[in-house]
Amino acid sequence: MGRLEVSLCGWKLDNPVIPASGTFGFGYEFAQFYDLNQLGSIALKGTTREARFGNPTPRIAECDRGMINAVGLQNPGVDQVISKELPRLKEVYQKKVIANVSGFSLEEYVECAQKMAAQDLVGLIEVNISCPNVHHGGMSFGTDPKQAAKVTRAVKTAVSKPVFIKLTPNVTDIVAIAKAVEEAGADGISMINTLLGARFDLKTGKPILANIMGGFSGPAIKPIALRMVYQVYEAVSIPIIGIGGLASAEDVIEMMSAGATAVQIGAENCRNPYACKKIIDRLPVLLDELKIQNLKDIIGRSHS
Amino acid sequence: MKSIQMYTIESNEALTQDVWRMVLKGDTSWIERPGQFVNLLITGQYLRRPISVADWNEETLTLIYKIVGEGTKKMAALKCQEVLEALTGLGNGFELQHTPKKILLIGGGVGVPPLYGLAKKALEIGKQVTVLLGFKSQHEAFYLEEFAALGAQVLVSTNDGSLGTKGFVTTVMEKEGLLEETYFVCGPVAMLKAVHQLSRANGQLSLEERMGCGFGACMGCSCKTKEGPKRLCVEGPVLKSEEILWED
Ligand SMILES: Cc1cc2nc3c(=O)[nH]c(=O)nc-3n(C[C@H](O)[C@H](O)[C@H](O)COP(=O)(O)OP(=O)(O)OC[C@H]3O[C@@H](n4cnc5c(N)ncnc54)[C@H](O)[C@@H]3O)c2cc1C
Ligand SMILES: Cc1cc2nc3c(=O)[nH]c(=O)nc-3n(C[C@H](O)[C@H](O)[C@H](O)COP(=O)(O)O)c2cc1C
Ligand code: FES
Repeated sequence: MGRLEVSLCGWKLDNPVIPASGTFGFGYEFAQFYDLNQLGSIALKGTTREARFGNPTPRIAECDRGMINAVGLQNPGVDQVISKELPRLKEVYQKKVIANVSGFSLEEYVECAQKMAAQDLVGLIEVNISCPNVHHGGMSFGTDPKQAAKVTRAVKTAVSKPVFIKLTPNVTDIVAIAKAVEEAGADGISMINTLLGARFDLKTGKPILANIMGGFSGPAIKPIALRMVYQVYEAVSIPIIGIGGLASAEDVIEMMSAGATAVQIGAENCRNPYACKKIIDRLPVLLDELKIQNLKDIIGRSHS
Repeated sequence: MKSIQMYTIESNEALTQDVWRMVLKGDTSWIERPGQFVNLLITGQYLRRPISVADWNEETLTLIYKIVGEGTKKMAALKCQEVLEALTGLGNGFELQHTPKKILLIGGGVGVPPLYGLAKKALEIGKQVTVLLGFKSQHEAFYLEEFAALGAQVLVSTNDGSLGTKGFVTTVMEKEGLLEETYFVCGPVAMLKAVHQLSRANGQLSLEERMGCGFGACMGCSCKTKEGPKRLCVEGPVLKSEEILWED
């Protein structure tokens, strides 16, 4: 067994480092930078039933230690993802991936999840109930424990592969949502998605984003993600994939200490295509420095 | 091929009050076409800054940039011999093959830089090149002599008439009867649209969008086209006039 190995619902990952949905496309763009098989897994771009262009541009704004995106779930639709994107990824990647699905109704979540779960390449379904970019749907499921439980139940009934629910941080009580999805049968939790943010032009005062608001992510949100993962770890017994502002091997150790079994790296992939590789290469060295034998031993060690 | 490369700054100087030229020493083997760009990591800025390659040879590449905000301000403060990290191999660039012998290059403001490399390549392969440059006024104009020295015919418009024809590049196109020429254009979107509407020929347009990654991962830079959405950082920044869907 490798020192970096972790296990998500019986699925063994060589290491816990996974690029986050939306910041890694369908993976293959990164194959020109390094061998993708070094990754723990890959979380694919959020997929919907129909093709979507997403929001009008500009839809990226820079911030101090982060960025706001209002991409709005651009994707070619689940059927094209299966017929065009997955075969391209398969050529360069031999492990299983995480399929991130979104929807505007229960039926859409279920249909997308079923279609993606039927693919050999897919090891786990991640249900995005939190994307803040879309005007209808999305947001409401993730901000109400009852709605969140409903989506969880619907998807769980429809697919047999593990189902992780991806939580939005834009709520007053994230623990209540986490408990609700656990009770509804979720196999795990991915957290956090982006925080709602906005930027305005210095000279004109006009919004930078055509959509005015978007999802804020990057190193600036790390303390919020750590706090939320810590709280949720205390309240649930299903595994957590920790996401939010992670950019280094040190960050990965901190997030796993707070309670994450695996981690996802988001915005950092955008500024540095080698971000995940760099973290994976550094982890064994850092474990030596910290005198940690196996990475999985530190999961949740921040809790007394 | 996309990769991260380190460059040493050979020179960094002002061309006008706020337009600067930076010459970087390092790998240029990735450059296949004029109109491709680099994405520069600037200390203290979270996102990289996309800047077109204006010119290149075996050892150096030249960037011409306008100071518009934090990142470009920091670029102008960089000294010779400092090292810059760039993501390279980005963008499709202009396509000179299968274009007529006589071509028209149109640039507005900081849309001018990539046209320099384009003019150079076009003249090298024996094309007859007219360069039409639009600026706000004379004191913002740059690179007129450089284009002329390459052997291109240079026409200029300024909004206030302080240099060349008073008006816009489209004013010159009408005045000089350039409406049938295959064109290559880079500049503000309003200019691209005006050129496209006026010209009776087809052209290649270099577009601009705020970018998250610059290499195809984030979908931040998408543009609607007749062939479906295209990422300006991968399938662009140069699009054909026939494929663009103009929004109002
Ligand atoms: C493919 C491409 C090629 C370019 N080539 C050139 C060039 O050769 N010379 C040149 O002067 N400029 C060029 N630009 C525009 C240049 O990228 C911006 O002016 C620059 O990023 C502004 O950075 P800033 O920090 O000074 O401004 P800020 O406003 O502080 O930047 C904030 C954020 O917005 C982005 N941004 C702001 N304005 C623009 C813009 N017009 N286009 C894209 N992103 C923007 C920045 O990259 C940054 O992420 C190009 C843009 C693209 C997309
Ligand atoms: C450009 C961009 C696009 C994103 N698209 C999605 C998406 O399609 N589905 C999803 O669940 N999360 C999406 N996210 C959220 C990330 O997966 C991640 O949860 C969030 O950015 C926090 O991590 P970070 O701080 O490391 O970026 C996106 C984030 C970014 C920056
Ligand atoms: S800027 Fe990220 S896809 Fe083009």
